[in-house]
Amino acid sequence: MFSDQVVFVESEVDMNFVALKMLTGDRAKYLGLIFAIAFSSFLIAHQSSIFAGIMDRTRSQIKDVTDADIWVMDRNTQYFDEVNALTDNDLYRVRGVSGVKWAVPLFKGNPRAKAPDGKFRVVILLGLDDATLVGAPRKMVLGSAGDLREPDAAIIDEAGYRFFFPNQPLELGRTLEMNDHQVRLVGICDASAPFTTLPVVYTRYSQALGYVGRERNLLSFVLVKPEPNVPIGELAKHITQATGLKAMSGDQFGWATIMYFIRNTGIPINFGITVMIALIVGTVVAGQTFYIFTIENLKQFGALKAIGVTDRRIVGMILLQALVVGSIGYALGMGMAATFFAIFVHQIATRGIILLPQVMIGTAVVVIFIVIVASLMSIRKVLVLEPAVVFRG
Amino acid sequence: MKKGNEYAVVGREIQKWFGEGEARVHALRGVDLEIRMGELAMLVGPSGCRKTTVLSVIAGLLDMNGGELTVLGETPAQMSAQERILFRRRNLGFVFQQYNLLPALTAAENVAVPLLAGGWNRIDAVAEATRLLAQLGMEDRASSLPALLSGGQQQRVALARALVHKPRLVVCDEPTSALDAATGHTVMELLSEVAVRPDRAVIVVTHDSRVFEFADTIAHMDDGRIETVETGAARAQQIAAQATQARELYA
Repeated sequence: MFSDQVVFVESEVDMNFVALKMLTGDRAKYLGLIFAIAFSSFLIAHQSSIFAGIMDRTRSQIKDVTDADIWVMDRNTQYFDEVNALTDNDLYRVRGVSGVKWAVPLFKGNPRAKAPDGKFRVVILLGLDDATLVGAPRKMVLGSAGDLREPDAAIIDEAGYRFFFPNQPLELGRTLEMNDHQVRLVGICDASAPFTTLPVVYTRYSQALGYVGRERNLLSFVLVKPEPNVPIGELAKHITQATGLKAMSGDQFGWATIMYFIRNTGIPINFGITVMIALIVGTVVAGQTFYIFTIENLKQFGALKAIGVTDRRIVGMILLQALVVGSIGYALGMGMAATFFAIFVHQIATRGIILLPQVMIGTAVVVIFIVIVASLMSIRKVLVLEPAVVFRG
Repeated sequence: MKKGNEYAVVGREIQKWFGEGEARVHALRGVDLEIRMGELAMLVGPSGCRKTTVLSVIAGLLDMNGGELTVLGETPAQMSAQERILFRRRNLGFVFQQYNLLPALTAAENVAVPLLAGGWNRIDAVAEATRLLAQLGMEDRASSLPALLSGGQQQRVALARALVHKPRLVVCDEPTSALDAATGHTVMELLSEVAVRPDRAVIVVTHDSRVFEFADTIAHMDDGRIETVETGAARAQQIAAQATQARELYA
């Protein structure tokens, strides 16, 4: 009836097909596993991206200054929003440090601005060096940064414009009032959203004094450009040694600002708790579902062991099943997160908050952790299973 | 009638116990048995007499604690765990009481599993399985999931799975206990027809006396020992005599 010889080779690759059919055969558990991982990875990526976006906003005004490489400030300054004014003498001393190509003043203050209809709001006012306009916005929506040289001129970011002039077209020449001074808007720019969501207003350094009221010194920061071939880090050290002021690169100052908020606010704890809950729920639900799936198939796994499928191959089958649900769940989760951010990235309140590649990679690592933990319990159960169990009716 | 001179299984004083110390349970108390190639041997006896334990030891699914056992000329006790798995894969076919078919696989895919485990590619394995199912009268159910098959059909699929890789020893655990009398009879007919060959032995554990007539030898077990061994012919005569006696009694 049959031929006499069946040739066996020591490969069981097509057992993967059996593993996948076993996995997809139980639709309810298969979908349950995928959705557990999808929602877990969505929540982790979503919350982590929003957290990273909010933290990134704390350094928005630092990032937007692309002309200078080094920020010099009072030695006790901890972050961008809290500054102690320097003196003009400090500016000259910085300019005198060897390796400095140029150094210019930057004012940062928080006066109150009022629209003609009485609507008012505290703004982030940046006073730029009159001669060079170093730190001027790079992305103009309307107008030109050079127009800041006109009398009483200011540039406002688009979000700020829409706050003061809601439902009105973008147009130049509108006015705001700051400290009883009239300010004429000569430009509308696309500034990075600040942490506080306040409007960002740029003006000349010499004009800023009039807009903030009674402050003797306006010099918040000195912005420095090194000579060619002078390392930024080295020059920052030299400036600190020579002047006693704190000097650091824009990148370092940005991170110092972020770290201040991480250390001194409850934001990371809140987001961290949500991420941990997503991780725990994802791990528990996926692990439990996967474990039940294995338990219900224990006799079948026993039959496979009896037939001669090796433990290594069975472990491979379980890991493949875990990898498949992990990959599909992760892809769905990332798809949901990407869709969310694609919808909200252009909203005023959530602008600039995106699904970061680093978050995607981190979430992938977490999903791998979830599926490994989920499959470990199942693997253990199958490895200790005696194949003789198949003979027990 | 189909018996060869070669022994498929030779066991001497096989001992098996579970647990240690006071908790030790002596399951096999010196089992002696010989099963020739070409033979359909039945292990019979009351529930709990350790028929299945003997089957598990012969199949290499349980280690024995004492005695000697040779299966197809090899000594399982001297094999590593990996060697034993490969030995099972190449030489043994299994039929289980509850069929143990994978519910997500079609009948043909279930039958193909031993070939897939042996490294066949899926297309060839399923084609071979479908061919075998056709020989067992199941060609129209090859694509059906087990849940859509009757008990008898599922046991036929399980039988095909046990035979598809052409093993030299087929072990069956209560293959008819989940089936009605007629279906059980059909399955045993099929088993004795397609499974028993001069170069293969079949061992059936059962307590279903209705299928004793298919046996070449019947080993009666009790309390972890084989008490008597009789030939199938003798047993068939005994059954026929009992039937005649019953007819006379109720006539």
